[in-house]
Amino acid sequence: MKNLIIQQARVLDPHSRTDQIANVYIQDGIIVAIGGQSTTLENFHDAEKVNASGLWLMPGAIDLAAWLREPGLDHKATLASETRAAAASGVTTLCYQPEPATSIDNSAAVNLIRKINQGLQLAKIEVIGNMTFKLEGKRLCNIGGLRRVGCVGVTNAWQPFESLNIMRRAMEYASTHDLTVFMYPLEHGLAAGGVMHEGEVSTRLGLPAIPAAAETVAVAQIIALMELTGSRVHFCRLSAAGSVRLIRQAKRDGLAVTADVAAHQLYLTERNVLDFDPLCHVRPPLRAQADRDALLQGLSDGSIDAICSDHQPHELDAKLAPFQQTEPGISALETLVPLTLRLAEEGVLPLLQALRKITFNPARIIGSPAGCIAIGAPADLVLLKPDVLWDFTLETMLSQGKNTPFAGWSFHGQVQRTFLAGHTVYQAQEAH
Amino acid sequence: MHPHLKPGPLPLSMQLAPDNQLNHFLTVEGLPHQLLHDIMDRAEQFVTLPAKQQKKAPLLRGKTVMNLFFENSTRTRVTFEIAAQRLGADVINLDIRTSSTAKGETLLDTVRNLEAMNADMFVVRHEHAGTAQFIARYAAPHISVLNAGDGRHAHPTQAMLDMFTIRQKKGAFEPLKVAIVGDVLHSRVARSQIHALTTLLTGEVRVIGPKTLIPANIERMGVKVFHDMDEGLRDTDVVIMLRLQRERMAGALLPSEREFAKLYGLNEQRLELTKPDAIVMHPGPINRGVEIDTEVADGVRSVILEQVTNGIAVRMAVMAMIMGGSAA
Repeated sequence: MKNLIIQQARVLDPHSRTDQIANVYIQDGIIVAIGGQSTTLENFHDAEKVNASGLWLMPGAIDLAAWLREPGLDHKATLASETRAAAASGVTTLCYQPEPATSIDNSAAVNLIRKINQGLQLAKIEVIGNMTFKLEGKRLCNIGGLRRVGCVGVTNAWQPFESLNIMRRAMEYASTHDLTVFMYPLEHGLAAGGVMHEGEVSTRLGLPAIPAAAETVAVAQIIALMELTGSRVHFCRLSAAGSVRLIRQAKRDGLAVTADVAAHQLYLTERNVLDFDPLCHVRPPLRAQADRDALLQGLSDGSIDAICSDHQPHELDAKLAPFQQTEPGISALETLVPLTLRLAEEGVLPLLQALRKITFNPARIIGSPAGCIAIGAPADLVLLKPDVLWDFTLETMLSQGKNTPFAGWSFHGQVQRTFLAGHTVYQAQEAH
Repeated sequence: MHPHLKPGPLPLSMQLAPDNQLNHFLTVEGLPHQLLHDIMDRAEQFVTLPAKQQKKAPLLRGKTVMNLFFENSTRTRVTFEIAAQRLGADVINLDIRTSSTAKGETLLDTVRNLEAMNADMFVVRHEHAGTAQFIARYAAPHISVLNAGDGRHAHPTQAMLDMFTIRQKKGAFEPLKVAIVGDVLHSRVARSQIHALTTLLTGEVRVIGPKTLIPANIERMGVKVFHDMDEGLRDTDVVIMLRLQRERMAGALLPSEREFAKLYGLNEQRLELTKPDAIVMHPGPINRGVEIDTEVADGVRSVILEQVTNGIAVRMAVMAMIMGGSAA
């Protein structure tokens, strides 16, 4: 493939804290040099030149949680539909989450996803495998085999473990293979069939509710088991203020712990459910304003490492029912980068810190060399036009799932071009 | 995708037309003070009008009312049926649990099919909160929806018949202290009563029960919470006892029927704590000897059977106001 020079972009690299106008040189899909106008490299005389003057260049986003549905739930989404949406929205790596219908029990399941994606090549897909067979929480999966085939972690997703002993052994076994366990903290007994946060709004609506303690109890249990097993845990989808406090303390205590939050938790609260809006039916549920404030504080002080989309595309019928009967989740892939940029715009986080939450930090959590603009890193890059104000609409979104409460929101900063290992996988059409 | 079928919020504003005419009756929440009085005024007319004369003014002649009961309730269904028939409507009862949804049809499929049978109004009862609102949002525009109880959310006609009964007995709401006692957590009736009482500017609204049966942050709905029955009953003008479901009497929420009866049951002795002219209400069916003693339920202060009679008038009033315009 031809060498590539991205010229005169504002290079934003959260890892090295670079924020400067520079040229980025790409050879064989790898960044080989970053420099000023005067930099000349031998092999780049006939390189393709991309004039990026006036544009921002950021590492492609790494989404720690995308429920990609295929194979098994293809009526909701396919790898083709979702990787196309990823490329167009500046996401270059997706972490595939197993769920009961798309269980990742063995290397064949991982290879099948790889094989499908090889024919697409619009985004990288990293696979998180099952901790227990069929996610039933009863017996361990072949975690060693999943590690060998390249899974970046294991999880039991939202499925409960049969006992804390099984959880303990699964964590222990995963750590034998040096795999991070992705824990979804939920004490199912306390959730008791709830569908929204227990508080003022659930009382008003009469919806069965999940107390914040259903999460914090589980976080505390898992932290205690980390101390017992020495395993490395990534906490998925924090939603409660109490959880942020516990993670902050665990980090102070030197435990190998990281955590993420779904982008929508940073903008929506229980009040968005007031009109029984099924688009705001998510798991964990949207919580109170004080929880939202604590999540933002946790991002700011580093207690929360990453922001993910928790992308859950659904078919229309999954959301066309009374609230309790609808399936939880937001088709959120295409709002990950916009909502994160908006945190910087609103002054919640400095720009580089905000970008770090969707690039370098998640890369580190899954052990990926991407997520930064550095020599030797893969050229998974995104060019953004910073000043454009654009509307996010159902008509323009590419995910097969149209279940988003963010339709009609306006965002600053639009993806112009996305590179995956130096190849252009998305390019915005020029406005005439 | 048909724009009509877009999933999204189910705004309460849809129950009112711009001129405050009722399009649907889904919840008391958000309805104007005056409208609640209008409903009661209208019910008053039906109560005072002899049955024969009512039949001479069949406001709903030619209209079809469909009772969609996804959850069993013979009593409530019958009062809606009588109300609709007195207004001259054709009434069709559908026990949905045993028919379509059991065959995998979605709720919207069911609604579409019934629409095609020329329904004008759906009276809906469902075990899940928000179902009436959901049907109102997605049904054809000419169809009105009347909520006959959705999950723990709302039971607005029950609340309005209770308000009507209170108004008959007490007149103005402003000086009243009203206590709602028992299983507030699971009660759609209590939620609708609270909205109605606060909208009608009731002096003080109390809820009484053990912490396990009082939902989180309920004080934000404008009520005072009491866990001690005697304290909560003191100087009240109206005591509303809630039904305690049998399956909740022993388990994680309550130790036993006996302990509940002892601590939160209404007996003659406790009734002494209320004002001398206080009235006792219950939405029925009653668990005698559990939440209320027979002596109280059948006593002089009890208005329980008047509630049932008023139920028909209030349901007629709401149906007439939704479908027949506001003129009597």
